[in-house]
Amino acid sequence: MAKTSAENIFSDDHLDILKEIGSMGTAHAATALSTMVNKKVTMPVPNVSWTDFHNIANFVGGPENIIVGILVSLSGNIQGMMMHLMELDAAHNIAELIIGTPPPKDKLNFGVMERSVIEEVGNIMLSSYLGSLAGLTNSQIKPSIPYMSVDMANAILSVPASEFGRMADKMLFIESQISIENVKFSGCFVLVPNLHSFYRILRALGVE
Amino acid sequence: MPGKANMIVVGMADLNATKSPGVLTTLGLGSCVGIALYDPHMKVAGLAHIMLPDSKAIHNNSNHAKFADTALVKLVAQMERLGAKRASLKAKIAGGAQMFAFNATNENLRVGDRNVEATKRILKEMGIPLIAEETGASFGRTVELYAEDGKFLIKAIGQGIRVL
Repeated sequence: MAKTSAENIFSDDHLDILKEIGSMGTAHAATALSTMVNKKVTMPVPNVSWTDFHNIANFVGGPENIIVGILVSLSGNIQGMMMHLMELDAAHNIAELIIGTPPPKDKLNFGVMERSVIEEVGNIMLSSYLGSLAGLTNSQIKPSIPYMSVDMANAILSVPASEFGRMADKMLFIESQISIENVKFSGCFVLVPNLHSFYRILRALGVE
Repeated sequence: MPGKANMIVVGMADLNATKSPGVLTTLGLGSCVGIALYDPHMKVAGLAHIMLPDSKAIHNNSNHAKFADTALVKLVAQMERLGAKRASLKAKIAGGAQMFAFNATNENLRVGDRNVEATKRILKEMGIPLIAEETGASFGRTVELYAEDGKFLIKAIGQGIRVL
């Protein structure tokens, strides 16, 4: 059998399945987040696409826009990394909504509490999605603790891009939206399995 | 980069070359390395934005600009077509940061270091002297390379501008 090219591998059907995983994941995430912050949290079904790296940078405001990235590395049957991306203002606003302290004057600075809240929100969203993915692919996925970085979009995206760059110039891109007490925050995820795990996911989706 | 007519943007896993008064730029280098070459006599500059150290270790390697080894060969050839002499080329590099504070045992998470190491090794093999660098640390960098004089400008968030 010919090795499947990673460039154009996902059909609309496969993306629908990945979207379904996203849908289950966000339902879990909304519940978990709502419990954590004791506020009403809703999340619409996310858009999922197999997207060129450059489009992801544009989605978060362009290659040099300063963004917040929360990264977990994955071990277990599915290895690689997953990242949650938010624009700087969204991250500060979420922290303000949850802990009630106004954003600092220097937006590049995050206080210890702010940082911890933002990492935890990212962590909940990532873990919820990964939980659904583990179920569907009958895999064990162990996420690391979350790591946060604040920098230019391209610089942050270079981390998953170089992981995925081994196979293709695209990433699995999941557009996310959180509403906390009816205030909307846009962000996105990228999922970057390593080559072996990539094929495991494909097999689970019925692709060979 | 807005506002500068002679500025050529080099994307990630991309490369380009230009003659004076051309300027090359690449935005937001993270773990990637920006390799700047220039020929001071012919005033020809070349810039590559590489993502990974070694094309031979990888199955999907058709994009030569993605890897330190193949990008450098291609970049030198492109500069020679613009009149540069290989023996006059000088190199400056930037990037190779570790963007997340991993306690990294996973080699993929320290790809920045490996990109820098590979770039230096290949420059040495090709006999191109590395005359300046700003690599490592944990922040992103945007760079500009001026074909006129080989000036290599580095911008990072909250750190001002440095010139190599």
